[in-house]
Amino acid sequence: MKKGKSNYELETRDVNVYYGTNKVLSNINMQIEANTVTAFIGPSGCGKSTYLRLFNRMNDYISDFRKEGEIYVEGKEIYKKKTKIEELRKKVGMVFQKPSPFPKSIYENVVYGLRIQGITNKGILDNAARTSLKQAALWEEVKADLNKSALALSGGQQQRLCIARALAVEPSILLMDEPASALDPISTAKIEELIHELKQKYTILIVTHNMQQAGRVSDKTGFFYMGELIEFGPTKQIFTNPKQKQTENYISGKFG
Amino acid sequence: MTHLEEELEQLMEAVVSMTKMTISQMQKAKEAYLTMDVDIAEEVVHNEARINAMELSIDRDCENIFALFNPVASDLRLVMAVLKIIADLERIGDYAHGIANYVIEENDRISEDLLDKTQVFKMFDVVISMLEDIKIAIVEEDTKLARKVYQKDSKLNKINKNASEIITEFIKSDPEITRKALYLFSVIRKLERAGDHIKNIAEDLIFYVEVVVLRHKRAPEN
Repeated sequence: MKKGKSNYELETRDVNVYYGTNKVLSNINMQIEANTVTAFIGPSGCGKSTYLRLFNRMNDYISDFRKEGEIYVEGKEIYKKKTKIEELRKKVGMVFQKPSPFPKSIYENVVYGLRIQGITNKGILDNAARTSLKQAALWEEVKADLNKSALALSGGQQQRLCIARALAVEPSILLMDEPASALDPISTAKIEELIHELKQKYTILIVTHNMQQAGRVSDKTGFFYMGELIEFGPTKQIFTNPKQKQTENYISGKFG
Repeated sequence: MTHLEEELEQLMEAVVSMTKMTISQMQKAKEAYLTMDVDIAEEVVHNEARINAMELSIDRDCENIFALFNPVASDLRLVMAVLKIIADLERIGDYAHGIANYVIEENDRISEDLLDKTQVFKMFDVVISMLEDIKIAIVEEDTKLARKVYQKDSKLNKINKNASEIITEFIKSDPEITRKALYLFSVIRKLERAGDHIKNIAEDLIFYVEVVVLRHKRAPEN
């Protein structure tokens, strides 16, 4: 493939990442198709979250972060000088481990991104709020009072609100960093069902410590260990017949 | 419907398809044996590979569900029951295949009198009717219907028990028919075994739905 272009929704080529002198990702090559769910698993400190955050340039905030190699989103290299980070983040939404609603109403949380873009038309905002909350499977629970404080929602509802907030700016890619690790099993199941539904429209990358979760929600799984991508393949294959011994040992709980 | 529920529904649809295919194989084996029609028998032999492929495919689906969804409670029982049911269906398919092979090897028909007396065609009908019952029982999770196959199986056992004496008498009176008579006895044995496998399927279904283990126990009453 020609340098500077990619035919995949997301791709990395020969990526190395350093924090200072510490190499945290080593020679990562991966290609991700549109409308799929890809899970990243591996023990703490293996580099999976760092890898995830490359795609919306969240690592840029870490002072001694440095990367080598190429990273493509929708075919374009995103670490070029001319890349507009705000545009990139409109395309690549993110949901974090801990639900992080703003201390505002449900409605204002969802339309926050649109207001930042300067949209003031109430019709557009109302429509976006309704659509995003429906997509995030939260609409039925909150439609009666959208002016209620987001902080009054349960943890599971707050997380779905954060997903709605990410969806409102109409991204095509969603990054999820352990989106259900702070939630109870019922809320976790709801988020997992949501991920399964959302892949019709979005390309989703999810970092998870929960191997069963990776199994349940993803089409492909990447296993990271000590900064290396040990194995990347269809989730069914990774969980029934991994090619690498290290992957087998990790998913069967023998180490990690 | 959750992702796992979707997977389990697809799994059950595949099991029902395999049951339908097994019924069709047994019906064709009967027709082939009744008319000594080699073409129909060859169709059964040809379709055997499809049943085997269905078993392998469902087997793989079960493995994936175990590995990816870690099913528990009734979901776990369902997948375990499916694994056992498809093994039984595959064996029943083997019997139909075996009967079809006799037709191909031995296309000269045995005496009507012996066929009537041994009641072999009644056995075919009973086996097919048991399979039909079990198919509906699987679709509707109807354990009452599943239990009905026990009564029908006892008819098979009775016919099987009487057959050896009847066949022995025929051979004594006409040793020329020994080879054909042994084939007939083998068909009867296969049908009797098919009944046992259908009974196993009923037990697996009852285990899944009612959490009652019936294996290696006396036949339950209705």
